[in-house]
Amino acid sequence: MGMVRLLVGTRKGAFILTSDEARKDWRIAGPHFSGWEIYHLKGSPADPNRLYASQSSGWFGQLIQRSDDGGLTWTPVGNKFAYDGVPGTHQWYDGTPHPWEFKRVWHIEPSLANPDEVYAGVEDAALFHSTDAGATWTELSGLRRHTTGSAWQPGAGGMCLHTILLDRGNPQRMVIAISAAGAFRTDDGGATWKPINRGLHSLYIPNPTAEVGHCVHHIAAHPSKPGTLFMQKHWDVMRSDDAGENWVEVSGNLPTDFGFVIDVHAHEPETLYVVPIKSDSEHFVPDGQLRVFRSRTGGNDWEPLSKGLPDRDCYVNVLRDAMAVDTLDSCGVYFGTSGGQVYASSDSGDTWSAIVRDLPPVLSVEVQTLA
Amino acid sequence: MSPAPARCEVRVELPAHLRTLAGITSGHEVLIQAAAPPTVRTVLDALEAAYPMLRGTIRDQVTHQRRAFLRFFACQQDLSLDSPDTPLPPAIASGAEPLIVLGAVAGG
Repeated sequence: MGMVRLLVGTRKGAFILTSDEARKDWRIAGPHFSGWEIYHLKGSPADPNRLYASQSSGWFGQLIQRSDDGGLTWTPVGNKFAYDGVPGTHQWYDGTPHPWEFKRVWHIEPSLANPDEVYAGVEDAALFHSTDAGATWTELSGLRRHTTGSAWQPGAGGMCLHTILLDRGNPQRMVIAISAAGAFRTDDGGATWKPINRGLHSLYIPNPTAEVGHCVHHIAAHPSKPGTLFMQKHWDVMRSDDAGENWVEVSGNLPTDFGFVIDVHAHEPETLYVVPIKSDSEHFVPDGQLRVFRSRTGGNDWEPLSKGLPDRDCYVNVLRDAMAVDTLDSCGVYFGTSGGQVYASSDSGDTWSAIVRDLPPVLSVEVQTLA
Repeated sequence: MSPAPARCEVRVELPAHLRTLAGITSGHEVLIQAAAPPTVRTVLDALEAAYPMLRGTIRDQVTHQRRAFLRFFACQQDLSLDSPDTPLPPAIASGAEPLIVLGAVAGG
């Protein structure tokens, strides 16, 4: 009998939600790290009991917590994120030079093969790497030292590195994304990087097709097709079939192509999920209706999924790391909202129900499918 | 052989979240053995040595700058803007008064 474990990060702590494979009855544990912002927590694919959590606070800064027992107990590990060398400057909102300053860890990505190896995407944008289970962190500074680095600017939420995609078939390849610099790829394990933003079109920057400067919100890929990437940009849903070398828009018939999350079905590499958000100034769902949109064609043709979701008076947002899919035979899809609800579908999105309705605002949702 | 440096026992009062993080379950204070005469820097050095999980939570690990939403008080004085190398008041060195690390009453 399989089970699933949801790892939910919120504005005021972490929660761990567990169920058997029926996904009907859930046990809710937490809050862990009560009162702290948990931007993200994620389990190791190589050892599901090894979890890492990003714990931060405006008062007390950044901590990293590690669990070796599936989240029952936690230990604070290394939290020294020092940029390599003299960090220099990037551009501030007004275009003036601004010193690179560490603020927080937005995303944690454990290695696919080694539970002691883990990556951290941080604000101000940089990628850090640990090979000792989070005890020490080293910047992969080839990214920040890219020739365009001094021209990167923050998005409204800060200049955050929020997406890290590892490639199961090619350990030397990684794709990352930064708001609002864009997407980058390394093919040499993080030593050197190239912008992969050709085809993106962003009307809010001086040159809409610039090499960098695009506000990428999230990127997802199916493990079996790592060269096919799906992107939710500030506006526009995009896809690439050449590992980011070229992008085409697949927003199609979405009611709005602004949004944050995007994810791929566990068993259908061309089935996608997004949650359209009305606009970049309103940050809530259109028409007071919470709807997930699914495409079974890799984009362009989208269908609303609303059975079991609020159909009136709903004005929540779903943030970029707050959707995940499990790998059970009938794929489960999960997402969390700014209103503190965590919704689950055990049938690929056809029907939904709320696991819990009154958590603090949800920042991230990850799922582990356990034997 | 040079004599061992003088030490003193300093009471440090911590915010609730840092006590939880450090596993301090009784009272608001911890006793720290610091070099004499104590300063904010030497007390925080000793505090972080005794409780490594507090590194980075009161002052930045790289710059050692005080976190913006924390302040240092002692003997009804705000010492936050003083040099971290200024000797603390005698009442702190004697243990009569605590060095208070105070979180700003702000946020939500």
